[in-house]
Amino acid sequence: MSFQIKKQSTKYDVCIVGSGAGGGMAAKLLADAGFKIALLEAGPDFDPANKEQRTQLRWPWESPRRGASTTRPFGDFDMAYGGWELEGEPYTQNANTEFAWFRSRMLGGRTNHWGRISLRFGPLDFKRKDFDGKGDNWPIVYEDVKPYYDKVDKLIGVFGTKENIPNEPDGFFLPPPKPRLHELYIKKGANKAGVPMIPSRLSILTKPVNKERGACFFCNQCSRSCMAYADFSSSSVLVKPAVKTGNVDLYVNAMVREVLTNGEGEATGVSYIDKDDLRDYEIKAKVVILAASACSSARILLNSKSAQHPNGLANSSGVVGKYLHDSTGSSRMGFIPQLVDRERYNEDGVGGMHLYTPWWLNDSKDLGFTRGYHIEYWGGMSMPAYGFGFNTQALKEITGDTSRNAYGTGLKKDVKKFYGATFGMAGRGESIPRKENYCEIDSNTVDKYGIPVLKFNYSWSDEEVKQARHMQDTFEEVMHNMGAVPLGDKPGKEKNYGLENPGKIIHEVGTTRMGKDPKSSVVNEFNQAHDVPNLFVMDGGPFVSQADKNPTWTILALAWRATDYLTEQLKKGNL
Amino acid sequence: MDRRESLKALVLGGVGSSLFLSSCVTDKKSPIAAGDIIEEREGYGRTPAEEERDEDLYSETFFSEEEMATISILSDIIIPEDEESVSATEAGVPEFIEFIVKDIPEHQIPMRGGLMWINRESNKRFEAAFNEISKENQMEIIDNMAYPRAFEENSPGPVFFRNIRNLVVTGYFTSEPGFKYLDYRGNTPNVWDGVPAHVLEKHGMKYDEDLLKVAMDPVTRNEVMDWNKYEV
Ligand SMILES: Cc1cc2nc3c(=O)[nH]c(=O)nc-3n(C[C@H](O)[C@H](O)[C@H](O)COP(=O)(O)OP(=O)(O)OC[C@H]3O[C@@H](n4cnc5c(N)ncnc54)[C@H](O)[C@@H]3O)c2cc1C
Ligand code: SF4
Repeated sequence: MSFQIKKQSTKYDVCIVGSGAGGGMAAKLLADAGFKIALLEAGPDFDPANKEQRTQLRWPWESPRRGASTTRPFGDFDMAYGGWELEGEPYTQNANTEFAWFRSRMLGGRTNHWGRISLRFGPLDFKRKDFDGKGDNWPIVYEDVKPYYDKVDKLIGVFGTKENIPNEPDGFFLPPPKPRLHELYIKKGANKAGVPMIPSRLSILTKPVNKERGACFFCNQCSRSCMAYADFSSSSVLVKPAVKTGNVDLYVNAMVREVLTNGEGEATGVSYIDKDDLRDYEIKAKVVILAASACSSARILLNSKSAQHPNGLANSSGVVGKYLHDSTGSSRMGFIPQLVDRERYNEDGVGGMHLYTPWWLNDSKDLGFTRGYHIEYWGGMSMPAYGFGFNTQALKEITGDTSRNAYGTGLKKDVKKFYGATFGMAGRGESIPRKENYCEIDSNTVDKYGIPVLKFNYSWSDEEVKQARHMQDTFEEVMHNMGAVPLGDKPGKEKNYGLENPGKIIHEVGTTRMGKDPKSSVVNEFNQAHDVPNLFVMDGGPFVSQADKNPTWTILALAWRATDYLTEQLKKGNL
Repeated sequence: MDRRESLKALVLGGVGSSLFLSSCVTDKKSPIAAGDIIEEREGYGRTPAEEERDEDLYSETFFSEEEMATISILSDIIIPEDEESVSATEAGVPEFIEFIVKDIPEHQIPMRGGLMWINRESNKRFEAAFNEISKENQMEIIDNMAYPRAFEENSPGPVFFRNIRNLVVTGYFTSEPGFKYLDYRGNTPNVWDGVPAHVLEKHGMKYDEDLLKVAMDPVTRNEVMDWNKYEV
């Protein structure tokens, strides 16, 4: 085998690395504008309608492990090729760090199985420092992003309701689905406890937004990715139409190693490894967009070292990889006695909750922590998979039933009786970004392609722990008020109140943060690298702070805003 | 068809085919002879690496015949047949347990150890292996495991019983007959228009009037959204 590097003769207008939310958005808009694009994706091609890949509408017994999570962390039918660990692609940790990094390697990245919770950031979320003095403000305000949220709503589709809540901006909403029974029970309890519950906002088509995508047929399986394209996946909704324009060359199984530069501090393209033949290739382009996910893009930049960029590319500030932050998370399960022996009907609904709780205490000053959280809910008569029916005895004990049903027909009946009576709540909160939480290159470790890997350093502060305590108290209060029984023990101080390890909520952002000052930020407000004008980062990396909202809708809106700016610059001949 | 190909076809068939595999193909040397009936079914959306892993697992056998016999007895005690539904063995639970212990190896020692424990207990009390003693004597052992006295709750028998019960229950209720018994209604295209009215009423619930005004309308749900009439 020869190790000569293969160079492509075509020079593209734009080379995009990563086909997730940010990369897909850039590809779609730039292809529509007529630019020649190379879209590089480290994973294989994917289409939920391809019957060899499809998992939607499959039954648990089609899997010999009944959907257990042995090879896919969220179970056999979940549509993520990857997970917390990738074979041959490790990451390492500093002492006392337990960061979990979820990677999906496939066309569309993590948008194939994500929760579709599509929340806008509110005006406060861009300026939190003004109110609590912590972290940093964004260099932009809500009004800068609003027109792009509007466009994303209309192009992609999100259902919801207009609520007029100050920090939960309304958008262009498709009609919401009616709540499920357990959600009505939770709502009753929540409202008694002073906790609001409103229709959720999910990017699922309860009505089509164009003729290319079908309407939702209520199978509750968006995490398996929809063969009717009725949910938002970057692969089906953005990349597919982008490729159709004829302006996009899609390179799958193309693992980008670094961004290439010339002597003048400009990006000239990227170098990648073709995973099929394990050879190195180069792609040349006028502009490079990194959208490989926050940590992967930081890794590529840090690995793009040269004499001119000894700390890595676009890193004169030294903050590439710094300010890494994830949402906080803590959860609790419960049991609704009124739902024992419930009547059967198809309760699937959409692939996610129909109601949720937005943060309701923005005006409280005495909580002991300053950033909020929202609450997500699950429950109902969902489809059994591996793990179903474990520990039925515990529920029986709760109901005070002392019959001897440890086995036999009695046990069988008990399982049937308790089906659909358990539920759960999960808080997802804003953490405060800190410079001391970061990823860097571990110079002692390479992956199987010889690319140096990331090493994480991350710890929670008291703010996040106190927030988790508040979540747990709220969960109990709501359960108490709805007549439900909390299951298991309430996680106390010794368990950090159930606060999940960083990374676990999979909203990691901040590693290439935006700002006005090139000394303390990596990109400007248009996601353009301060140091390298023809280099952009369009994933969650540029986030200054991750609100108590999930990040993807904002990744999409900012990618659109950045792409508009980029298009203008290209047309003016500035790049 | 070469062996690898045919195995693939079998593996893709899922649980049903594992029966066939464990009886015919576990001996790695024996190729599938021409003329063997191989049922080709659609897979369940595996990546090539996952497919290969399944294939490897199917080609191994973990439990001995005696162990499988004990597992079958236990399975049917835990979930017997009744007027409404079939037994655990009929629902393929023992085959599921054989697969899952290979798939999740953490189950292996507790399962094997538990089966050993049961035989020792049986030998101690009745001087024969568990599979050979009378139904009555089997039930005596089972009852001791299933309803332990407080101080014995965490001794090997009761712990094993809880473990295998979990596997039997989950195996049963994720099988086709299990779904039928559970009366599961989902996993099929439909139009969700809320909780059926009589169920709502029974639970003393009502939908919010404001929500009803804007909620998804089954009649117009297939029409492309028209934003011209929409005001934010
Ligand atoms: C289970 C789960 C539930 C979630 N739920 C929600 C939710 O409800 N709401 C929400 O807003 N967010 C949610 N998220 C988070 C959401 O998935 C991410 O915010 C979003 O996908 C990030 O988009 P991205 O463009 O940054 O990158 P990704 O979607 O991660 O895509 C990056 C792509 O780049 C590719 N890539 C990486 N490195 C390279 C390389 N070196 N060369 C070439 N290609 C590369 C990857 O293979 C991948 O396809 C969830 C995530 C998970 C895992
Ligand atoms: S719930 Fe609706 S959008 Fe989601 S996968 Fe099922 S049909 Fe598609």
